[in-house]
Amino acid sequence: MKPKIAFFDFASCEGCQLQVVNLEAEMLDVIGAVDIVQFREAMAEKSDDYAIAFVEGSITREKDIPRLKKIREQAAILVALGACATIGGVNCLKNFQPLDDVRKYVYGDKSDWYETFPARPINAVVPVDYSIHGCPIHKAEFVRVVKSLLLGKKPEIPTYPVCVECKRVGNVCVFELGLTCLGPVTRAGCGAWCPTYRDNCAGCRGLVPDPNTNAEKEVLKKYGLTVEQAISQFRIFLGYSEVAK
Amino acid sequence: MKNINVNVDHLTRVEGHGNIVVNVKEGKIEECKWEVVEAPRFFEAFVRGRSYLEIAHITSRICGICSIGHTLCSLQATEAALGVKISEQTRLLRRILIQGENLQSHVLHSYFLAAPDFVGAPSVFPLVQTHPEVVVRALRMKKLANDLCDVFGGRTVHPITPTVNGFTKLPEIKDIKEIRRRLVAAGPDLEATLALFQTLKIPDFQRETEYISLKSKEEYALYEGVIASTDAGTTPVANYRNWTNEYLVPQSTAKYTKHVRDSYMVGALARFNNNHDQLPARARKAAEELGLKAPCYNPFLNTVAQVVEAVHAVDESIRLIDELLDKGLQEEDRRILLKAGRGVGSVDVPRGILFHDYTYDKNGICVEANCIIPTNQNHANIQKDMEALLPQVLDRPQEEIRLSLEMLVRAYDPCISCSTHLLKVEFI
Repeated sequence: MKPKIAFFDFASCEGCQLQVVNLEAEMLDVIGAVDIVQFREAMAEKSDDYAIAFVEGSITREKDIPRLKKIREQAAILVALGACATIGGVNCLKNFQPLDDVRKYVYGDKSDWYETFPARPINAVVPVDYSIHGCPIHKAEFVRVVKSLLLGKKPEIPTYPVCVECKRVGNVCVFELGLTCLGPVTRAGCGAWCPTYRDNCAGCRGLVPDPNTNAEKEVLKKYGLTVEQAISQFRIFLGYSEVAK
Repeated sequence: MKNINVNVDHLTRVEGHGNIVVNVKEGKIEECKWEVVEAPRFFEAFVRGRSYLEIAHITSRICGICSIGHTLCSLQATEAALGVKISEQTRLLRRILIQGENLQSHVLHSYFLAAPDFVGAPSVFPLVQTHPEVVVRALRMKKLANDLCDVFGGRTVHPITPTVNGFTKLPEIKDIKEIRRRLVAAGPDLEATLALFQTLKIPDFQRETEYISLKSKEEYALYEGVIASTDAGTTPVANYRNWTNEYLVPQSTAKYTKHVRDSYMVGALARFNNNHDQLPARARKAAEELGLKAPCYNPFLNTVAQVVEAVHAVDESIRLIDELLDKGLQEEDRRILLKAGRGVGSVDVPRGILFHDYTYDKNGICVEANCIIPTNQNHANIQKDMEALLPQVLDRPQEEIRLSLEMLVRAYDPCISCSTHLLKVEFI
């Protein structure tokens, strides 16, 4: 029997689910290998009988919590999909401002209608089995993780930094272009996506397990940049992490 | 007299979370409501304090599907605020990118999200078995659009290369030529798409409303122009607040808008109604074949207008690429001088006209932000259409009523993440 999988989303742009739809050629293979029982963005039928749940988005309000817990109870394997789910992502930028001010700025005198609390990743609420990192996720990595899960194997996720991949593809270091890059401490797996297009790594895949912060500090110093500049960068995706605070 | 309860809790095959709630007691409509239940995300608040170079990357994350449109609109607003005049090359590259996004989004919506209703399928997935050639064609067209966006923007979802006053990296000429070859070769797929959509039976429903889009002297507007209305002529984009008039309603985490009437419509149909006479020959012929004539007051035909725009996107991309190849590409100096200021940007993205408005301090730090999203502008019109449609279908079985209302909302191709996020139907 084909494994039953389902997709869910909380506060997010749904771009990571779109990346799944964007698989195009490989999508037909994936559809052939699994039984998708719930995918609101793409299908009307739905069933709550599933073994693997992919969850996109951050948790940003009280009523998200019971919904997520129910998904966790049902799913044998829960996979966090994309930066909002794995590390909190851009939603956590609001955590650095008083939330009452944030609500009033957007919704004015009706701000009481709109419930919100500090944004957090999925694993701040329930245990997560695997993470597919990135903003957005990389299509090839999604396929790799699905294949591993189908084979009953633990998906391999790189534990080395983006710099390694950047050197492998032969990019000019973006520090040389005058940018503040988080590649030295950010988890690889994207193929150094942004530096390859001459933009800095903004850390959307989270930190490597044992980040060499001294190396990052040395690089920053060499290029006349400050730790504050790097921390400010980190806040875009990694604000939830203590490292950024 | 019958009772009807429709309660579509999280409407499917739309981007984001919305509900349809209908309650009819003894033939009398007691409730007919479109609700937006997406979690609010507060982008306008949290971009304050960020640098002008980061804003487009952050606001791109408002929506995965329209991330190119958000990026370009954000860059326009920032450039307007900082007094930056972009080069003709940058303008050309951006106009190609927005056509790529329009093609990608319209193929996704017309084939994957809207079409299954017309063949009685719950999603595109069963069609892999029953109509494999249709699914493979749709995937091929979508891949072409995505590959175009990858070549010009580095990535389709949250593009990398578009930046203030230019691009971090220019596309390779050989990649551009390959995309051009594939665009030209897409002719038979477009023909087959037109043939397919001619066979779909679109519900006959009319409700005239105000239609708002961009308008440009130069071309069928997507990337830039002035705001145009079927009721009120035109106005510069900087005047957008007076034309959108945002307000809040208790059933929605998204804001609503209105202009001359109680509601207005944005998107492919609004663009078609305002700018159809600027469509080149093949797109115009496509509209004729599909029976789309301006002015069109049937919102279900928004999907058909998207198909016409998909044809246009292919032809327009080829035309712009030819212009680009003719002029050649060169690295440009992107440096700018910072100054304090406010600027408004507007791009007509797949789901309709979009506005970003930022104020920067003298160090290029954002101090005020406002974004008005296409789907927000459609919410009130969806509500009014539902109120007009429901009495016309009230004599049908409950399931048919539910499907009609779902199809109506889907025709708008709502993007609820954008509007904060939106869709589900509740019959209570």
